[in-house]
Amino acid sequence: MTSFPMILTERMTAHPADSHLLDRYEATGGYETLRQALLSMKPEEIVEQVKAANIQGRGGAAFPAGIKWGFLAPIEPRYLVINGDESEPGTFKDRQLLERDPHQLIEGVVLTSFAIGANHAFIYIRGEYPKPARRVQQAVEAAYAKGYLGQNILGSGFDLDVMVHLGGGAYICGEETALLNSLEGLRGEPRLKPPFPAVEGLYAKPTIVNNVETISNIPWIVANGGDAYAAIGDVDSVGTRLFSLSGHVKKPGNVEVPMGLTWRELIYDIGGGIRDDNELKAWVPGGASAPWFVAEHLDTKVTKDDCAKAGSMLGSGAVIVMDETTNVVAAAHRIVKFFSHESCGQCTPCREGTTWLERILWRLLNRAGRPSDIDLLLDVCDGISPGLAWPPRMTTICPLGPSAVSPITSIMTHFREEVESMIPGLQEVASA
Amino acid sequence: MPEQPPPEMVTISLDGQEIEVPQGEYIIKAAEDQGTYIPRFCYHSRMKPVGLCRMCLVEVETPRGRILTTACNTPVAPEMIVDTESAVVQKAQEGILEFLLINHPLDCPVCDKGGECPLQDQTVAYGPGESRFVEEKRHFEKPIPLSDIVLMDRERCILCARCTRFSEEVSGDPLIEFVGRGNQTHVITFPDEPFASYFSGNTVQICPVGALTAKPYRFKARPWDLEAIESVSMVDASGASISIETSQNEVVRINGVDNDATNHGWLSDKDRFVFQAIHSENRLATPLIRDDAGDLQPASWGDALDRVADALGSVRGDEVASIGGANNTNEEAFALGKFLRTVVVTPHIDAQVGDALNPEFLAGVTPRAEIGDLDGAATILVWAGDLKEEFPTLFLRVRHAVTQMGAKLIVVHPRRTGLDNIAAEKITYRPGEGPEVVRKLTAQGDQDYGAVRDLLTAGPVIALVGLTGRAEDPRLAEAVAAYALGLPGSKVLPLARRANVFGALDMGLAPTLLPGRVPVKSESGRAELESHWGPLPGEAGLDTAGIIAGLAAGDLKALLLVGADPVRDGRNPDAVRAALDAAEFVVSLDMFLNDSNQQASVILPVDGFAETEGTVTNIEGRVQKVNRILPGPGQSRALWSILDELSSRMGGQLGAGDGPAIAKEIALVAPAYRSMTWDRLEWGPERDGVVMPDRDGVQELRFVPDDSGLRPTAGRLALHSGRVLYDGGTRNTQSPALAGLTPDPAVYLHPRDASALALADGQEVDVAGEFGTVRLRLELDPSLAEGSAYVPANLDSTWVLGVPDVVTVEAQSSKGKKNEKKKGKKKGAGE
Ligand SMILES: Cc1cc2nc3c(=O)[nH]c(=O)nc-3n(C[C@H](O)[C@H](O)[C@H](O)COP(=O)(O)O)c2cc1C
Ligand code: SF4
Ligand code: SF4
Ligand code: FES
Repeated sequence: MTSFPMILTERMTAHPADSHLLDRYEATGGYETLRQALLSMKPEEIVEQVKAANIQGRGGAAFPAGIKWGFLAPIEPRYLVINGDESEPGTFKDRQLLERDPHQLIEGVVLTSFAIGANHAFIYIRGEYPKPARRVQQAVEAAYAKGYLGQNILGSGFDLDVMVHLGGGAYICGEETALLNSLEGLRGEPRLKPPFPAVEGLYAKPTIVNNVETISNIPWIVANGGDAYAAIGDVDSVGTRLFSLSGHVKKPGNVEVPMGLTWRELIYDIGGGIRDDNELKAWVPGGASAPWFVAEHLDTKVTKDDCAKAGSMLGSGAVIVMDETTNVVAAAHRIVKFFSHESCGQCTPCREGTTWLERILWRLLNRAGRPSDIDLLLDVCDGISPGLAWPPRMTTICPLGPSAVSPITSIMTHFREEVESMIPGLQEVASA
Repeated sequence: MPEQPPPEMVTISLDGQEIEVPQGEYIIKAAEDQGTYIPRFCYHSRMKPVGLCRMCLVEVETPRGRILTTACNTPVAPEMIVDTESAVVQKAQEGILEFLLINHPLDCPVCDKGGECPLQDQTVAYGPGESRFVEEKRHFEKPIPLSDIVLMDRERCILCARCTRFSEEVSGDPLIEFVGRGNQTHVITFPDEPFASYFSGNTVQICPVGALTAKPYRFKARPWDLEAIESVSMVDASGASISIETSQNEVVRINGVDNDATNHGWLSDKDRFVFQAIHSENRLATPLIRDDAGDLQPASWGDALDRVADALGSVRGDEVASIGGANNTNEEAFALGKFLRTVVVTPHIDAQVGDALNPEFLAGVTPRAEIGDLDGAATILVWAGDLKEEFPTLFLRVRHAVTQMGAKLIVVHPRRTGLDNIAAEKITYRPGEGPEVVRKLTAQGDQDYGAVRDLLTAGPVIALVGLTGRAEDPRLAEAVAAYALGLPGSKVLPLARRANVFGALDMGLAPTLLPGRVPVKSESGRAELESHWGPLPGEAGLDTAGIIAGLAAGDLKALLLVGADPVRDGRNPDAVRAALDAAEFVVSLDMFLNDSNQQASVILPVDGFAETEGTVTNIEGRVQKVNRILPGPGQSRALWSILDELSSRMGGQLGAGDGPAIAKEIALVAPAYRSMTWDRLEWGPERDGVVMPDRDGVQELRFVPDDSGLRPTAGRLALHSGRVLYDGGTRNTQSPALAGLTPDPAVYLHPRDASALALADGQEVDVAGEFGTVRLRLELDPSLAEGSAYVPANLDSTWVLGVPDVVTVEAQSSKGKKNEKKKGKKKGAGE
């Protein structure tokens, strides 16, 4: 791993006591980029820098932010929405950014709004994050008081109002269109796409939805230039990323690392290896929706393309490590149960299929499975995600349904024998 | 239908076949029009797609490979390649059906939908052979009443959101919603807010499973036992297409039929459930004759008809008058008009009772709009009764035009209406001051109503014009129409409410009109009819008000009441009653006893809705076929056959031996109906009905009516006598499902008027007018124009008030007199 700048976490590492306060933020160069940019840059120039930076969205889909901004329909008003719903199991990186460096996000919000021509921005924070929400709200108020938000920001003539909104405790509201519905006071259900939010988003107006981490990178990119950002990391995936390491590693927690290191480096060097020096069994590379990796993937590079080729994704940046003691059926059941509980219920395959999958796994876990359950599991999965391919095809409106398929295909691909061993009938056949 | 530019066509490949389809159409519709049915649950052609059930998945080729997509919300694009039957598609459809069935109770043998259930049908066609689901199914408490009419079985619900979308998108009263999430999602009302929608029955009809059921039909019949016939709703004059369904000679259900020209398949709950009145035990089933003691006694048809023939024959023809006929078919109305004009020989004929508009205006206004014109309108002006109460399915069409097609709506009315929440502009005026509003709208440079006038510069303007309330001067509607016809690209849709009032007028049941919209005063028109019928009176006859006055004065001696109840519907109930008393002979042809025919000398039971075949004409002048699916009760008979027999007893020849014969004569003698045959309406492209051409020449419209001179002063409030859908009329009270929905009678005052009179919300007050007094509960209503009082027409007790121009409202007097009528000061014998 070569040396790299700490883009997101330098301030909070150096000043753990007050990195969230405006004084500290200003004392460490905060809002300087904004001042410069508002006075000397045109909105298009910021968009150009972000395009050159080639930063991929950090919310899950890894779509290049600059390109997304370019899709905005030429209609006013436009909105910026920051996705801080962070509810994917194992993901807790946005929480740290919200709680420990809210002004970094706010500066990113103002720069982005200026770039895309939005005068209203919304920061949507998951309902179970009261402290981060409080910190962000306080930071927003402080920024208003100092003229970083509101009318005629820093004398530039640019106006921006920012509203902080707390979710009601539904994972699906992290999906961008469900989030927009939730903001509008409707049921948190994903919308049909097209139209995409950049064309018809919040209140049917062109809207950019970006993740907290994505936007927290913007001040650095504008300050240092897109090319400097693109030079960090690997070829296709650049910059640094905040990973939430959890599970059976010795040093769990959030880490900022450059893209392009290997999984081995991430789990063993940075994560300190497996607890009790146990054997690594598998890990979830990018949040509960991602198909699992196993030992053979340790030397795969941590990039969008390399992981996609290996059949998974970096997703929300949650790395959940499982050691040899893990019952994979129990792990898969827990994840499927989560998705079934969080399904919004709109579409048939997700609403009915995920519940069914959960119940079949529960049967297996309780040694009440039947030999036919293996095929049944896969066939129900096929009804949600035809062909069980990666990236998934879907019979559903949003990817939540297919997300519940990932852990099942993972255990069937890598641990089929172990799964079969839990079915009484099959055990007998095997031992006969 | 109004002309619309032809859509641009694109070529797509559907299952390997190149087809031409309109650009932008959803794949599901484009395929269906070509004969390829893609299975679906949530898609409904009259609502926006939501893509929830996922049943309609198809494969589409894209630059990124084949993708699975829902056909119900994916528009076709040039060169699109669509596969509706690939292995992937079939597997997906099987999967969806299996998913839908795992939690479905499969209680089909006891489900109302069993036998006509899309879930059953599509499972047979596209589903897996058997379910592999072995766990316990999801359970909900069931069934739960959503309202007095609709019940919900949440276990059967497949969450297609047709019902919730209908309520939000189509009817605009979103009282049911999805709650919960995932597997626990269900549809329910909000706490303490029942699904009290005028349109709730539509959700039952479009629910693709048996989750929603309607009390009047629940467990009544199995679909395979039903006999069905298409017809037209007779609840109002909008011409909604329906299917009437019977089981063992009992009507058990009415469903909406999708007629592009009229109701789009939707019905009000009144249209849907009013059939219960057909089987009311109060239906008249035998002729009744009043005996010497004054009591009504059952009689044979022979005796009853003799009695009528004698009575009518013993006075001069022009001493006989007839009121009613607006609830009958065109054929019946025509036979009645011919009987009166050629056998009795009287011109005193009026189908309108109480809320009459000038018949020449109603039948003759040109250019007359079609309902479909609303969809192409830039601006819609509604200056009429509250459409939600008086024309519910037309109300939905206006909503559609405004919320889906982008028309701007202006509503002019003395009070809030069901359309206000989607109106761009609203003018509220005190009853009696309508002429002032017209004057302000027309006066150059007037400062008032600027926004309204701006909107009205954008054509085409479609104006819906009728009486806003019963106390309104009927000439105002003509003034409004005349004003509207001067607006850019404008057309007028004249509104009169009773089922077939336009047909009745077209058939000549008006003092000033002969069949086929020919004015009596037209020499040539009359001569033409005389060439068929022999000499006719050249003078216009008396209208209902004149007939009532004539009876009271003794100028008229005998009266026919044809499905009419002028006591209830008249302006002055006491005066009408006195006139009926004064008449030497009254014969009523009706389905029920009512406040007017209680005093008749002879009552003849007639067949009604669903019991007679013929045609009807709606507000547009659209002629549609109504059909007979069962006989009338007991000895009741078709109106035309009664009249035919009466004629021969009176030495005349009506030639009304059967419906088709009358229809042929209509086509022969009624100019506007010249090309009309039943055949045209029964088969082929004209099943939606045929709009009869406007009459040649332009109906002369009185521009600004005389000032009513009405200046309500302190304490005297202008009466707004608006109608409500569920009023105290016979059809409602005789239909158990509807009878309970009648609102409690009340008087509504603006809060400032109430406080000026020191009256409080909820207080009992006495409302007094020229014709009577009634005690009512007071409700505050800030939507009313100040200086007015709203009393819903024809509720139990409110009708006693009659229709005075002004009323006084005061705290309940200590003497506690109730519903006492004021004697003395009478406005002539005015009706
Ligand atoms: C079921 C589901 C849940 C999601 N949850 C989140 C979330 O909690 N936070 C987030 O930023 N993105 C989430 N996303 C991704 C968003 O839809 C969206 O792609 C993202 O916010 C865009 O921001 P980015 O381009 O900056 O990554 C979720 C997506 C799905 C399908
Ligand atoms: S896939 Fe699941 S979460 Fe997504 S829209 Fe469908 S039901 Fe809702
Ligand atoms: S009740 Fe019927 S119409 Fe409503 S969502 Fe359920 S299945 Fe669909
Ligand atoms: S019909 Fe297309 S998703 Fe239901």
